[in-house]
Amino acid sequence: MRVKSYGFRFMTVLLLAGALLLIGGGLRPSWAQDGEAAAIYKSMGPVETEGNLLTRKRWSPYTTGIAIGALSWLAFLLIGKGLGASSSYAKTSGMVEKAVKGEKVYEIEYYQEKTPKINTGWMLVFGIIIGAFLSARLSGDFQLTAIPPLWNEMFGDNVLIRIIVAFIGGMVLIIGARWARGCTSGHGITGTLQLAVSSWMALFAFFIGGVITAYILYAVSAL
Amino acid sequence: MLDKLHENRPAQLIIGLFIGILFGFFLQKGQVTRYEAIVGQLLLMDFTVMKVMLTAILTGMIGVYSLRAIGIVELKIKPGSWGATGIGGLIFGAGMAILGYCPGTTTGAVGQGSLDALAGGITGMIVGGMVYARIYPKIKDKILQKGDFGKLTLPEWFHATIPEAVVGVIMIGLTVFAALEIAGL
Repeated sequence: MRVKSYGFRFMTVLLLAGALLLIGGGLRPSWAQDGEAAAIYKSMGPVETEGNLLTRKRWSPYTTGIAIGALSWLAFLLIGKGLGASSSYAKTSGMVEKAVKGEKVYEIEYYQEKTPKINTGWMLVFGIIIGAFLSARLSGDFQLTAIPPLWNEMFGDNVLIRIIVAFIGGMVLIIGARWARGCTSGHGITGTLQLAVSSWMALFAFFIGGVITAYILYAVSAL
Repeated sequence: MLDKLHENRPAQLIIGLFIGILFGFFLQKGQVTRYEAIVGQLLLMDFTVMKVMLTAILTGMIGVYSLRAIGIVELKIKPGSWGATGIGGLIFGAGMAILGYCPGTTTGAVGQGSLDALAGGITGMIVGGMVYARIYPKIKDKILQKGDFGKLTLPEWFHATIPEAVVGVIMIGLTVFAALEIAGL
């Protein structure tokens, strides 16, 4: 009974997500001006299908997805769990607090569960920086920037505003991730591939919350 | 069989780093470490993120369930509830639209030289972790437990066998790819 009742509610969320996609899709052509589309293209570039895989700037999304999917086999085999990122940030928060107030940090209940210590997952997130750097350097894509082209198109080139908004976004992001017990990696890839209902629900919630907020920001930028 | 390896802490840290390096490499090669990829997806203008994720899910699912069938991998299902997964997920989505990166791709963006991800994103997330540690005792019993459905999986929920569920998800995934390509997205 329990399962059926929540299953019904889950279907409702699915239907709402579908309706939202349709509404969003309907609004898109009039809202999406050439400028924004060009900004997306300028940053990401076209998919490259010729030449050395390592030096290509952009792989096809399908190639990328297969690589990440295969990497998660390796993760399950070698570290006994899938790819994930958000709990490492909570651990880092604890490490910073521990550096300031020492062992008193354990008086905060959450840090008893997410101990402020470097673990496999933390090393994984640290490794992402190195991997992305290698990829960008090999393709000549490494560039120090503070304003993404699409942001520039919508909100201008004030660096301080971008950093402040990014800071707020980061705060909201990790509060949400820990609240939902996972992020786009832990729920969105690792949980969904295991067919966990919680992770599929999370992925839909991420998307619904994200689409609504993105359109609100987009509308604000057009004022 | 692999339990010994999983308990070897120094080896785990090195393997974790190695897997992270590959993950970051792939994310950057897919260009999903770009603000434009995330925000473009949420504005429904560019579907790179959805294609990457869905391909990774299908590929990962086939491999992980095969490895599980031969008994060398165990599933790690996260428990879910409306209060935790639903509300937290909506908050996460809002954060993703504001920041323009997700937790993993923020570090990837740092690696490709995006200073907004470093100065704003990473610091914001570390402070966010501190804020959540304060919120957690207040929501733990009341909100996070609301509508709890535990470690439910799709095959259990649909009363299907695992092969049926895997094939079903593959069919849905391929349909979505076909629809996206036909629509030219």
